[in-house]
Amino acid sequence: MSDAKPAAPAAAGGRASMKKELPERFRNHKHVWVFVEMERGVVHPVSFELLGEGRKLADKLGVELAGVVLGAPGPDMLHACQEAFAYGADLCYTVENPVLADYRNEPYSKALTAVVEAHKPEILLLGATTLGRDLAGSVATTLLTGLTADCTELNVDDDKSLAATRPTFGGSLLCTIYTLNFRPQMATARPRAMPMPERQEGRQGRIVPFAIDLREQDIITKILSFIPDRDSSKSNLAFADVVVAGGMGLQGPENFQLVKNLASVLGAEYGCSRPLVQKGWVPSDRQIGQTGKTIRPKLYIAAGISGAIQHRVGCEGADLIVAINTDKNAPIYDFAHIGIVTDAVRFLPALTEAFRKRLSPHSKDRLAG
Amino acid sequence: MHFVVCIKQVPDSAQIRVHPVTNTIMRQGVPTIINPYDLFSLEEALRWRDKVGGEVTVLTMGPPMAADSLRKALTIGADRAVLLTDRFFAGSDTLATSFALSAALQKISDTFGKIDIVFCGKQTIDGDTAQVGPGIAKRLNLEQITYVSAVNEVNGDNGTVTLERRSEGGVQVLKTNLPAMITMLEGSNTVRRGRIDDALRAARAQIVTWSAKDAGIEDVTKCGLRGSPTVVKKVFAPTPRAEKAALVELGETPRDSAEALIEAIFAKTPKIEDDLVKLASGF
Repeated sequence: MSDAKPAAPAAAGGRASMKKELPERFRNHKHVWVFVEMERGVVHPVSFELLGEGRKLADKLGVELAGVVLGAPGPDMLHACQEAFAYGADLCYTVENPVLADYRNEPYSKALTAVVEAHKPEILLLGATTLGRDLAGSVATTLLTGLTADCTELNVDDDKSLAATRPTFGGSLLCTIYTLNFRPQMATARPRAMPMPERQEGRQGRIVPFAIDLREQDIITKILSFIPDRDSSKSNLAFADVVVAGGMGLQGPENFQLVKNLASVLGAEYGCSRPLVQKGWVPSDRQIGQTGKTIRPKLYIAAGISGAIQHRVGCEGADLIVAINTDKNAPIYDFAHIGIVTDAVRFLPALTEAFRKRLSPHSKDRLAG
Repeated sequence: MHFVVCIKQVPDSAQIRVHPVTNTIMRQGVPTIINPYDLFSLEEALRWRDKVGGEVTVLTMGPPMAADSLRKALTIGADRAVLLTDRFFAGSDTLATSFALSAALQKISDTFGKIDIVFCGKQTIDGDTAQVGPGIAKRLNLEQITYVSAVNEVNGDNGTVTLERRSEGGVQVLKTNLPAMITMLEGSNTVRRGRIDDALRAARAQIVTWSAKDAGIEDVTKCGLRGSPTVVKKVFAPTPRAEKAALVELGETPRDSAEALIEAIFAKTPKIEDDLVKLASGF
């Protein structure tokens, strides 16, 4: 909702001049923190991506990088800390309490807020997952500090403040947001928006336990049960190595099958741009872009997608982007690596067939090679 | 029971254009809509009102023209609409917005009856932050349940609600006490079309319009730009890659073109061929 602000660049200078000295009570806030999201013993990969970014910020600021791990007592806690160390954390704050076994807003926001108030970080990063978004908004409101959602780039300015860049106006522009006079500076980033850092096996760090009095009888919301998703309904789109997606250039819902066919031949996941979800042609969990999934595949084939910014921010982490679009001036050609200016509906069946031949273990090309 | 739905009037994002030279948003003539995610929350509130009785109030903060969205919500079936509008609110970020809306919600509760559930949209399509709902819940001390895929039971007698919340890898079935703040997931219900009598009623309805002072806000420094800890320093268009996409020339037939494209892909990234062979064979 920062977008409610006017966008005229002329006004931006006026706002920047609002910068005052950081109030005295915030001057002892130091170090970069990442909330290490763990559910049912598994650390969400977005936490590692954030640790990678957090490491860079901490090095630029010359401070330490800490993970915060909340959960029930048990071996999972130590494991999560070791994972955080391997991805760059110098230390981990841990809050162990049976009440924290499964996520609920109240105990999690109380615990995280308490650790922040006690140890005072200058930057706090969380994943923009269902858990992270639920938690971040509560913690920021309790601390009365700024929170920037869904950042696609994090940096530290000359004056050491966090510059958080995110898409704005429905993904048609980017904006850089600061929390100048409050601490911690909070930001979230969506899974896959940041690159996965190199894992450093055996890297060590310190564990700093934090005690807080949480009792089950004081927590109002109760978990009655947990229904795991059926495997068949899970899409691995965000983490797939190869992704094929379609957009409005497909012209009709029946032609989306052409995208699925190519994905099937490539062993790829399939996705789409936002208008196809809005038109109801494709379920929303297949949407690639700012309001959908962010992907980082080795190969991304975009068929009939124009490449609006809101789509671009969801796919430009791909190693190789191949665009198929009839309009040679479409913005997708500004960030694709390879393009072919043609009608996706006519071209996709030929491409599918050509890939099928080429990738078949009995292909002449392969035998010759 | 009293259900309040917070909605936001947003530009129809499919029609937003950016001025190619000045990089400013061209707002002229862009139609506005109710934030689509809010409609699932409105529908859920209307359903439970129809089932257990009570009233649905819709609330928005925005410029006077946001009244259009409130009237639209009345035609869908809401009973009452409140517009919070004041120049002090201009430039609000999520923290300042949740402050102002919380004050209005408190006033609604005092004036029109104690609120049992505040419904918010999962997020907006223009800001995409998903932060205002949690901000309201924290400020008003409401039980916060976001990303709800189904509300199974609302029990006014013992003041509880049972619902299903989307989480990573599954669904949590939760029971909590009222008052609560709930955000609904898209597709969790089918938004109704209003009835003719609702449309007629909406056309004549008085929209309750409150200023900051009317809503009981004394400290306006907590509103708008001054009350916002975040500062937008720069708005810009992303830079294109230095090199534009290498375009593959079309062959005589789609098949020739397809083979040329595959060659170009493998020439650019030779390793991808091995990866694809492995993937295609199911390993």
